Amino acid sequence: MGELAAFLILSAVILIPGVIVVTSRNIVRSALSLVPTFLGVTGFYIMLQAEFVAGIQVLIYAGAITVLILFVIMLTEGGSGVEVRQANEQVPLGATAALWLAFLMLLVVLRTPWSLSPGRPPAYSASAIGSAFLTNYALIFEVTSLVLLVVLIGAIVIARREE
Amino acid sequence: MSTFVEILKAIGLAVLVFTFLAIVGAMYGVYFERKISGWIQARIGPKHVGPWGLLQTIADTLKLLQKEHITPRSADAMIFNTAPIIVAVAGLLDWVVIPFGTAFGRVLVVRDINIGIVYFSAMASLTVIGILAAGWSSNNKYALLGGLRSASQMISYEIPLALALLWAAMLAGTLSTVGIIEAQRGGWFLFKVPPFGLIAALVFLTAATAEVNRMPFDLPEAESELVAGYFVEYTGMRFALFQLGEYAEMFAMAAVASILFLGGWLEPSMPQWVWALLGLGALALAAFIRFSALREVLLVRPILALAALAAVLCGLMVLGIGLGRTPVLPSMLWFFVKMFGLVFFLMWMRWTYPRLRLDQLLGLSWKVLLPVGLLNLLITGFLLTVAR
Repeated sequence: MGELAAFLILSAVILIPGVIVVTSRNIVRSALSLVPTFLGVTGFYIMLQAEFVAGIQVLIYAGAITVLILFVIMLTEGGSGVEVRQANEQVPLGATAALWLAFLMLLVVLRTPWSLSPGRPPAYSASAIGSAFLTNYALIFEVTSLVLLVVLIGAIVIARREE
Repeated sequence: MSTFVEILKAIGLAVLVFTFLAIVGAMYGVYFERKISGWIQARIGPKHVGPWGLLQTIADTLKLLQKEHITPRSADAMIFNTAPIIVAVAGLLDWVVIPFGTAFGRVLVVRDINIGIVYFSAMASLTVIGILAAGWSSNNKYALLGGLRSASQMISYEIPLALALLWAAMLAGTLSTVGIIEAQRGGWFLFKVPPFGLIAALVFLTAATAEVNRMPFDLPEAESELVAGYFVEYTGMRFALFQLGEYAEMFAMAAVASILFLGGWLEPSMPQWVWALLGLGALALAAFIRFSALREVLLVRPILALAALAAVLCGLMVLGIGLGRTPVLPSMLWFFVKMFGLVFFLMWMRWTYPRLRLDQLLGLSWKVLLPVGLLNLLITGFLLTVAR
């Protein structure tokens, strides 16, 4: 009962600002509306007993990504950033794609046999996540760091050209 | 039923922590700041309202409560009014994972969660959203500049801060704040794997000072350049909420530094004669100041009070060890001694060093603290693995 109530409240916390993100004409408000959305997702992680992921979610998404987005908006728009058109003439195309995606996801959700097992989640996840990254998922982990390195170099190249 | 009790408990603890911090953290934080700045600048500081000016901050708060809330006409009213609340709440939420001590066999902490220090740095990183929102929504160029400076500064210093937190977590083998303190029963992390504990503590304190926007890293609110920075348009209690958030976070940073490196609520375990020696030294210093002409000097007078307090503390320790009590003094006292010692250190820094330039500030983070923090982590990890 409590879990259902928490799920419904968190869904509202995620969805209402989510709608504002895509509809608001003020781009700073859109960016700020991302914060409650991210925090709501954190609530879901906590409900699933993934505390470590929840902490990282707040730290990285709410605390860093949003700030980065705001930072970029304020630097590029000369600080104002008001009145930006969010949609262009490709609305029908985008709507079709979104509908298809929603249809496919619904199909996946409905077709998947969600098996319920009485097992318990691991008690403490941080060290398990760490060893998984350096053993089973070492390749993915390393490739991700390579991608980040490429991004860093790209940013430096772009910044240098302007000088 | 238990859910109901749990919710009531959470509300009660939230009220307790928030009111305690609103009073001690912000009001007396401001009082100490003014007294200490007075000391460093050879002044007396507030002294008219109440004994030793103790009620000065209460008078100031009452004054701020009566002031009108002004929302600038071209400001984004909704964001403008929300921003101070974000800053204050994020600053106060840090305190959920900070243990104050032990009593009746229980640890006095709101919640000992197994990701304690991750939670702490996550909450500390939320403050910047409030600051950016305040800077942007004020529609004032100084406020915006302050907000932008704050964003770049806090993002840069979050990384060395996290590296120093990781260092302590690596040594303790846990992310829980209570676990980290328990791991220091053998000795403070400050002196573990010398000199790397000291380096980690220095990195943490530097990054923490920058993270709470204090001198010498207070560029977001540099008075001489930006008037007041991101809160220049705020009046009355909203302005006070920014102060509250700032002081709550500063106290939290000092508390976490004492937890990570100074053993939190644990009593320093030193032999009786060391305590006796320290106490006698403090007593001698106090007596020398009291019975010489130095007690008239404004710069020296506070040292008399501090030395007398230290002598009393050491005397109690000598007495307690002599009587054979194992934890001589209550654990909460030790936590507050360490925390206020670090708060004092931060205030001392503030009134001693001049402000850095923005490029020096970012250079310090990316070119000094980040490599030092990473190398520190790497070498300590290597040494620990080899030792095992």
